[in-house]
Amino acid sequence: MSVLTQSNTEPPLVELKGVSLAYGRGDGATLALADATLSIQKGEFIAVVGPSGCGKSTLMKLVTGLLPPTSGEVRVHGERVTRPIKGVGMAFQNPTLMPWRTTMDNILLPLEVVEPHKQRFRANKAEYVAKVEKLLATVGLKGFGEKFPWQLSGGMQQRSNLCRALIHDPEIMMLDEPFGALDAFTREDLWSVMQNLWLERRFTAVLVTHDLREAAYLADTIYVMSKRPGKVILKKTVDIPRPRTLATTFEPHFVDIVHELRDRIHQEYA
Amino acid sequence: MTDTQRYYLKIAMPWLFMAALFLIWELACVMFSIQEIILPRPSKIFTVMVERFDILLRFCLETLWTTTVGFLLAIGFGLVLGLAIGASPFIYSGLYPLLIAFNAIPKVAIVPILMIWLGVGATPAIITAFVISFFPIVVNVATGLATIEPEMRDVMRSLGATQYEILTKVGIPRAMPYLFASLKVAITLAFIGSVISETVGGNRGIGFLMLSAGARNDAPTTFAGLFAIAIMGVLMYAICALIEQRMTKWAFRGEVVG
Repeated sequence: MSVLTQSNTEPPLVELKGVSLAYGRGDGATLALADATLSIQKGEFIAVVGPSGCGKSTLMKLVTGLLPPTSGEVRVHGERVTRPIKGVGMAFQNPTLMPWRTTMDNILLPLEVVEPHKQRFRANKAEYVAKVEKLLATVGLKGFGEKFPWQLSGGMQQRSNLCRALIHDPEIMMLDEPFGALDAFTREDLWSVMQNLWLERRFTAVLVTHDLREAAYLADTIYVMSKRPGKVILKKTVDIPRPRTLATTFEPHFVDIVHELRDRIHQEYA
Repeated sequence: MTDTQRYYLKIAMPWLFMAALFLIWELACVMFSIQEIILPRPSKIFTVMVERFDILLRFCLETLWTTTVGFLLAIGFGLVLGLAIGASPFIYSGLYPLLIAFNAIPKVAIVPILMIWLGVGATPAIITAFVISFFPIVVNVATGLATIEPEMRDVMRSLGATQYEILTKVGIPRAMPYLFASLKVAITLAFIGSVISETVGGNRGIGFLMLSAGARNDAPTTFAGLFAIAIMGVLMYAICALIEQRMTKWAFRGEVVG
């Protein structure tokens, strides 16, 4: 069931307070994000939707500390974020798998870099390989480990990409339109893969997307952002029980939620 | 034409074109009765190549040696400098203009200086081959590093990777196809470098052989030397291309898959 049933008195895992970010300096600076305030509970799956160029991806980079905010503050575990935080998994629209590594070696990459795995990687490689094989099987890629990424289809590459983002059991998972470049059938298939992974592991997830059905399918809470400079203009809780299925997406309540989001975003274009 | 015939014809094409070129050359020499001292006939050049094979081979090996040493130095130096330039924007902005200025200097001009410093022998030729061939390696390696996808970098940074880890796990493997592509250009430049040095002033190598044959008005031997350089250049190029395919299979993915 949704983690919203958990007590909300716990301090949030991620907190943004009045965060804004400007690209460039001086007069040429563009304000990408203005006064964003939101908090994410541990184990919560949130989605950020909004018109294109509203600073959705910027928000994600702020949370992970890849970009420092121009003003305001970002806190993770109550601590102020000043540099890239540890224990994050990231998946982008572009799978960014390394063509010189096999799928297996690509997914092993985080373990070569992240502590404590880095220390024990050489000695315990067999154990890690088994772990990757298990994960590959979960996303329906059993036996594809020895293939190179460029020998896989787009959907398979994106599955591998999810595996790479998850292999080191990150606490926070950042998904920047990971299914954006896929065809509709593959995308819907991967929603269910993603949901299963989340139900199994209960990481905290931030999904940036422009697909409202995707947001409603996967998220507990959806934040709608305004046009640039992006502000959070609507917070919508998705109170639909899990696991959600494709059939769920045709139920009236689901459709209502999607309509409400769409109406709010259309106002931005008016 | 069947596919097999097409395949063999494709392999035979370079040889057919070469044969045609030599045939036209030979006929032109005979028809216009060109003096041997001006332009020897190819058949004469080949005869000389066979007759003086031992001498040619000895001088060729000297040139091959200096070229290879200079080329290897260029790989090492070019790789290090390329990595430094590609990895650091400061080194890039500081060093790149200097490199371009240096590359614009005609290398013939520095050979006499090298002679004064190092005397005649193999060393000036090695240095000339080195300075002329490292530039494309530096530029290519730096380009390979500088064009890493920002998202790849973000993935690495969010994992907490150090700059060194990003360099070794992403930067260097990614720069490899660029490096090997540049080697094919660099090896031919290295030959030009060592032969220039031997020609300007030296007592060894195929360039020296050509120079002294020229001084004796022995045009066929001079041309035989030219042919020998061309053959060595093609062979070394082929070796570089082979290594390139072996080392960076993933960059030739189209050919591997289908």
